[in-house]
Amino acid sequence: MAEMVKKATRESYGEALAELAKEYPQIVVLDADLAAATKTGIFKKACPERFVDCGISECNMVGVAAGLATCGKIPFATSFAMFSAGRAFEQVRNSVGYPHLNVKIVGSHAGISVGEDGATHQCNEDIALMRTIPGMVVLNPSDHYEMKAAVRAAAEYYGPVYIRLGRLAVESFNNSDDYKFELGKGITLRDGKDITIIATGLMVSRALEAVKTLEEQGIDARLINIHTIKPIDRELVVKAAKETGRVITVEEHNVIGGLGDAVCSVLSEECPVPVTKIGVNDVYGHSGPAMALLDEFGLNAAHIVETTKKVLGK
Amino acid sequence: MDTSEKKQLQILACKVRMGAIEGVFNAKSGHPGGSLSAADLFTYLYFKEMNIDPNNPKAEDRDRFVLSKGHCAPGLYATLALRGYFSMDELKKLRHIGAMLQGHPDMKGTPGIDMSSGSLGQGVSAACGMALAAKMDGKDYRVYSILGDGEIEEGQVWEAAMFAAHHKLDNLCLIVDNNGLQIDGPVSEVGGPEPIDEKYRAFGFDVQIIDGHDFDAMEAAFAHAKTVKGKPSVIIAKTIKGKNVSYMENAVNWHGAAPNAEQYEIAMNDLKKVLSGLEAE
Repeated sequence: MAEMVKKATRESYGEALAELAKEYPQIVVLDADLAAATKTGIFKKACPERFVDCGISECNMVGVAAGLATCGKIPFATSFAMFSAGRAFEQVRNSVGYPHLNVKIVGSHAGISVGEDGATHQCNEDIALMRTIPGMVVLNPSDHYEMKAAVRAAAEYYGPVYIRLGRLAVESFNNSDDYKFELGKGITLRDGKDITIIATGLMVSRALEAVKTLEEQGIDARLINIHTIKPIDRELVVKAAKETGRVITVEEHNVIGGLGDAVCSVLSEECPVPVTKIGVNDVYGHSGPAMALLDEFGLNAAHIVETTKKVLGK
Repeated sequence: MDTSEKKQLQILACKVRMGAIEGVFNAKSGHPGGSLSAADLFTYLYFKEMNIDPNNPKAEDRDRFVLSKGHCAPGLYATLALRGYFSMDELKKLRHIGAMLQGHPDMKGTPGIDMSSGSLGQGVSAACGMALAAKMDGKDYRVYSILGDGEIEEGQVWEAAMFAAHHKLDNLCLIVDNNGLQIDGPVSEVGGPEPIDEKYRAFGFDVQIIDGHDFDAMEAAFAHAKTVKGKPSVIIAKTIKGKNVSYMENAVNWHGAAPNAEQYEIAMNDLKKVLSGLEAE
């Protein structure tokens, strides 16, 4: 097992860009006055001539990225998720998605764990927005190693991709030695037969914690990490539902339109089983320390354990 | 510009107008007014100004064009067809199911379209991206984009303007089709984008105002724009919406409506008269 690191996925993203710069001379990185926060600053330092600060104008940034892509560049257009996926939604839809341009839209500071900045900046809707755009790949990596692999995969893939980044430093749990990232493929972190827990992003490590606790209490839960929310790994999700009969989804996102809905959509067509969604329950967040907010909104291992036991009647 | 060249362009522009009317009539929908006001600009760009090759529409070093006011696609399509990018027959299928020519420009399906557009305010940002790519790659192609005077009420247009000046995109040339009308009425009554020249000057552009139906003026303005260094250019082209179709000229109701059979005949007769007048000269 390789070194365990505690790092925010935004930082892993910035590092990945800088590392890929040489290999991919077409990569250009755009930001909207948040390079220090989104960590594109790491790329800027390594490769200043291919970094474009667009100022506080996310809609224009996405359009500029589209124009660059028509000329063979691979632009990573980065801002907070609220702005790159939220404010510029229609630019992403019409200037990037519709012409299927090779632009990577990156949303940092996603979810409730933004913390103190409060509701205006806690984007719990980005996955829903990006999922609805035809042809858009939606990635939500869970730790440092997965993020680095995801950024590479996004650069290798031709077409629009949305990548979700977190602000909060998280401990890595993937093994860097044998970690393999495949677009559109979920990862079974633990096999189990009583129930399936499907988690994404920041919540995967918390679900992993929950599954360990459940095991101690005699509950054999399967855990799947879905880093690619679109296209979702239908085969893996359906197989798990068939074999365990019940599913819980866990995400740091509104329960409307995110991972939970993506899973429900697959299962309602191919293997209808009861699905319980853990996420932000269609409310706004508020200011506070990230960890306290995650606890308050039920986005922790204890709540996953409790919900699982309730679902299983134990 | 010598007289015969000018006459050639005028004849072509008339044919562009006929093609636009043909398209909108057969589609039973679309935007004739702004297609007609920009017809001379389209003609000049594609037949005189831009370094392009219809046989190699994706040539790496070509000049780029973005129709930011994408609803005026019928005029652009007619120009591209006349220039040889695709058959004139396509114009009759405009907006039909399965047609190559979509209601608004689609770069995936139509040769010669450098950027999909139609949602107002977005094309100009993409044009900035293209101009920036040229700078990054040390290439000397130029990027042109036509905007509507109503369109510039979109905030993104000014984000893009700030960006273009800040990044010294002197290979970018915007053209505002200043026909004075938008769908709800005169621009002065609806959104108030004027004074357009002062706004662009304040945003750091080289600004020229010309008669957008005068090819000599276009020649001078586009030539000047090429000499500007260190800042982007804008040409504010004063035009007449619905130009050369009697009942469409300066008529706001022809922004986005298709002529019926009778109106189509009148429009075509108006344009045929212009054409025969030019050819008789």
